[in-house]
Amino acid sequence: MGITRRGFLQASALTGGGLLIGFQIPTIEARTAPVAEDAFAPNAWVRIDPDGTITAVVGSSEMGQGVMTAIPMLLAEELEADWSRIQAEFAPADAAYTNPIIGQQLTGGSTAVRGYWTSVREAGAAARMMLLAAAAQRWGVSENACVATQGEVIHEASGRRLGYGELASDAAKQPVPESVFLKESDEFNLLGTAQKRLDTPQKCNGRALFAQDIQRPNMLNAVVQRCPVFGGTRKGFDAESARQIKGVVDVVPLHEDAVAVLAETWWPAEQARKQLTIDWDFAGHGDLSSADISRQFEQAVDSGQSVRTEGDVSAVLKDAAKTLDATYEVPYLAHACMEPMSCVAEVSDDGCDIWVGTQAQTRTQETGMEITGLPREQVRVHTQFLGGGFGRRSEQDFVRDAVALAKQTGRPVKVIWSREDDIRHDYYRPATLNRLTAALDADGKPLAWRHRIAGSSIRARFSSEVRESGMDGSSVEGAKNLPYAIDALEVTYAMVNPPVPVGYWRSVGSSQNAFVTEAFFDELAQAAGRDPLELRLELLAEQPRHLGVLKLAAEKAGWGEPLPEGRARGIAVAESFGSYCAQVAEVEIEDDQVKVKRVVCAIDCGQIVNPSIIEAQMEGGILYGLNATLNGEISIKDGRVEQGNFDDYPLLGISEMPAVEVHIVDSDASPGGVGEPGTPPIAPAVANAVFALTGKPVRRLPIRL
Amino acid sequence: MIRLTVNGQQQALDVDPQTPLLWVLRDHLGLTGTKFGCGIAQCGACTVHLDGVATRSCVTPVSAVEGRAVTTIEGLSTDAEHPVQQAWIDLDVPQCGFCQSGQIMAAASLLAENPTPNDADIDQAMSGTLCRCGTYNRVRAAIKRAAETGTEEA
Repeated sequence: MGITRRGFLQASALTGGGLLIGFQIPTIEARTAPVAEDAFAPNAWVRIDPDGTITAVVGSSEMGQGVMTAIPMLLAEELEADWSRIQAEFAPADAAYTNPIIGQQLTGGSTAVRGYWTSVREAGAAARMMLLAAAAQRWGVSENACVATQGEVIHEASGRRLGYGELASDAAKQPVPESVFLKESDEFNLLGTAQKRLDTPQKCNGRALFAQDIQRPNMLNAVVQRCPVFGGTRKGFDAESARQIKGVVDVVPLHEDAVAVLAETWWPAEQARKQLTIDWDFAGHGDLSSADISRQFEQAVDSGQSVRTEGDVSAVLKDAAKTLDATYEVPYLAHACMEPMSCVAEVSDDGCDIWVGTQAQTRTQETGMEITGLPREQVRVHTQFLGGGFGRRSEQDFVRDAVALAKQTGRPVKVIWSREDDIRHDYYRPATLNRLTAALDADGKPLAWRHRIAGSSIRARFSSEVRESGMDGSSVEGAKNLPYAIDALEVTYAMVNPPVPVGYWRSVGSSQNAFVTEAFFDELAQAAGRDPLELRLELLAEQPRHLGVLKLAAEKAGWGEPLPEGRARGIAVAESFGSYCAQVAEVEIEDDQVKVKRVVCAIDCGQIVNPSIIEAQMEGGILYGLNATLNGEISIKDGRVEQGNFDDYPLLGISEMPAVEVHIVDSDASPGGVGEPGTPPIAPAVANAVFALTGKPVRRLPIRL
Repeated sequence: MIRLTVNGQQQALDVDPQTPLLWVLRDHLGLTGTKFGCGIAQCGACTVHLDGVATRSCVTPVSAVEGRAVTTIEGLSTDAEHPVQQAWIDLDVPQCGFCQSGQIMAAASLLAENPTPNDADIDQAMSGTLCRCGTYNRVRAAIKRAAETGTEEA
């Protein structure tokens, strides 16, 4: 694969000049586009053309979270590039782009900036040093007499200057440095500023390409009818009338559980699908219902495994002045990305090409390898823009469809799922049932907290270790790390895996556990006769970053100040993905409907890369969580999902979007995630406001009054 | 043969007259800026202009647009110079971008009809154009900005 790794030197902090870091910058030869001979492409992350255009090669996936701007900003900062000359392109699938936090090329867990924080800046710094060396050599002066700034190298004494483009071919001949200085955060010029997104213009004129938009010569379009019942398989099918539809090319069995219709264009394929008669084997799951699943959780919830035990909760409960008990439930949720799942694949003698909006290039490449039997280097992943990701596009089901059909037909195949396919065959946010118990002393001080969780495991699908141990860390995130100083504390998890597929959904375990813990906390505060903010501040005295965002959100929201009649505030805080987020929601009830009018959000995500993107991500995280709070519910009946489209799985529209104010904590802590941390606090903030309005705790989502 | 005008160009197509305009645009004419999101006129990703009026192309049979003028995002302007597109760029509205063609087409149609929409007008015109990423507040701000800068084209 042509990956070479530079020597690795030990990091050492130096005074006065930033941090000297030895590094390993992977280079890449398997680029998607051939690099012009006179271009300067010193490593996997950057290419400088003789005309001065700088291309940042982004190994992460752009699903709206702004990575195609944030990663180039990291690069440009150390490269001392002129930001107006920066463009970005998607990287191929290649080990050079492995996210160090995840160990694969995968965009998830809000890890892109965190994962590439050092390596991309090193890549920029190394390229800058080579450009400096090239200029110094050309002028016959010392490198120390030159500075790089705004895309030029300047010889300070003489005032001579050369643009990076003019230096590109000479820079390419310089040795790659073995170590670089990185800036301290107070030396940043670009990081921390609200730069425009690089992908905006093409998203305003229809030119941004999503997998759904890819056209290949001689391409077939396919729709895939899967078994409606989870875990079922195909026994046989009759496609005679489907084949009569004009434009239909073939109807073929696919995988164990599907039938595919192939046509010259998508619409006839979709019409033909409705004519199919398929005989399914429901594998005994044809009676499964949400009520059954809830019952399974209920039966298991008290016999979970401990994930955290401090003190003796049972003993405290026995002697407490006051105890509280509550059962909280959250439903399965679909991701409902605006672009239904889609993928184009082509399998030829030359290899396998996959055009897809994927969060998971490494897995996609492996999917191609598994189906075609081709070696890794012959499976090429062409990452496209993602019409929403939210965890859904880390999955491989739709990729598998396209690659299998391309292999089978020998023609390029585009698979576009219908919205109904997308809603009924998701990997859902797990439903869970939670038993909460707490104890207070006579003065209202919380003495004990017990949180028992039952629900299905996301990782059980990928890991035999998880299946055998019955423990999945993602199921307890947001619960295990309860930040409050309560002496007796117990969190348990009971894994129950009904045949409903579950997967990563924006903010994962914290999406439900922040709701459960923060809403129950307000029940506790009410029982203690305490203001929910005040009690939080008291029990978070040792948690400065939680405190920081709580105080900031409360202050900006005017916590405690009078509100118009019929309106109430709720507050919640959550740490997730290395960031801390607090939100205050102002809520009214109109015609028995919960209306969220205003949300004040405080986020501490450490080092700020681009405040405009952070603000957008908070708004996005809030809307995503608000849909789960007010609307989202996937229910199961007869072994299948009852919902199918936006008429019965409704999404909030512009008129239901609250005013959102985002306040970013100024911090030089190492960067935290931004894509997900805006989601966890919103459901409990709204639920707590509803509790304040109605006096009735909200223990189940979506909120039904 | 079905005849229609798309972005000022006359087209004659041999397709099933029931085929939704969306798929004619995407699969027959290669105009992929108009998106498929739901197929039942619930999300607005497929919004185009039919004689200047925002229309859901996913439920509009191509036969129903015979002889009429269709404008897609590709035809709204030649280089994103429409005031709505400019406002969108100025405010960095898009996130994933998938719904944005529909948002822009719906907003352009609104402003053509009502050059100074208030919040209630925006709610009414835009509430069926769904976004999953949370761009709504920037959409609203961008419509107001475009209203200020003028809507000479629609």
